[in-house]
Amino acid sequence: MRRAALAVALLALVVVPVAAADNRPTLTELEGEIMCPVCDTTLDQSSSPAAQQIKAVISARIAAGDSKQEIKDLLVAQYGTKILAAPPKKGFNLLAWLLPIFLLLGGAIVLGLLAWRWSHTREPGPPAAQLSPALERRVDEELARYDEG
Amino acid sequence: MTRFKLAGQIGSVALVGALLLLLVWKVVQNDRTNVASSFTKGHVTKPVDFDLARLNGNGKLQLSSLKGKVVVVNFWASWCEPCKSEAPRFQQAFRRYGNRVAFVGVDTADYSSDAGRFLSRYGVTYPNVRDPDRSVLGKYGGLPIPRTFVISPSWRVTGYIFGEARSEEIDGAIQEALGA
Repeated sequence: MRRAALAVALLALVVVPVAAADNRPTLTELEGEIMCPVCDTTLDQSSSPAAQQIKAVISARIAAGDSKQEIKDLLVAQYGTKILAAPPKKGFNLLAWLLPIFLLLGGAIVLGLLAWRWSHTREPGPPAAQLSPALERRVDEELARYDEG
Repeated sequence: MTRFKLAGQIGSVALVGALLLLLVWKVVQNDRTNVASSFTKGHVTKPVDFDLARLNGNGKLQLSSLKGKVVVVNFWASWCEPCKSEAPRFQQAFRRYGNRVAFVGVDTADYSSDAGRFLSRYGVTYPNVRDPDRSVLGKYGGLPIPRTFVISPSWRVTGYIFGEARSEEIDGAIQEALGA
């Protein structure tokens, strides 16, 4: 029993730091989520000196053990929310996330309504042309001859 | 049905027209509020006021609080190579002109500790403020930097140096503003 408890404790000692290390952000991961403040692209798309400066800051913060959110908060405090590639999901910025969904839903509803309206207001087509009895007889004769042939 | 279709067509044309108007308004507005562009075109240009947090010091600095003096406003960043070359020249001019001329550095799109190190390295002691999201720089012409503006005591822009400022250019612009 004691041996089992010791084994579990040792396993926890090994597994917990590994799991913690897995949760640590990487520069590559953050480069795609942070903007270069002077080139209007994400950091991974830029090699400008300003982008290099932020990459160095991120690397230093990762090495210091900061979480992804802590690093983002630090950069937002330094440069404002424009430094984030995607706006934060709170306050006024929430609109940027919700508006496309509402527009898409609204568009689908309008399209649906239009389709329903068109399908229900379609005017009946012109009546099929009526053949005169003489012409009908002639068509029958021609068809009969065709069948015989 | 036809009325419905016509309304849709009119709506679409109106929408395109409104978007076009918005674009034209934005372009015109941008041009008017851009100090560099206005000055370069020869218009009488007033400086756009700002109230930004100090980088070397506490509190904020409002540009308009310096009205009545010649003011040199220099936009820079620690990652900007030409800014490194011109920084000592501004510091020399600051020492040379003393109280007659106010110098304001505007550190833009920069990390504050790097900016602080920049000031220490180049011995800059005149007031510097932070414009982290480039909002003020945008009103003065935007990137690239450095850009330097000289404002006369009558509060209009009398000098503009685009790119690395040489000592003669700084002096020339200040002399012009002092005489304005």
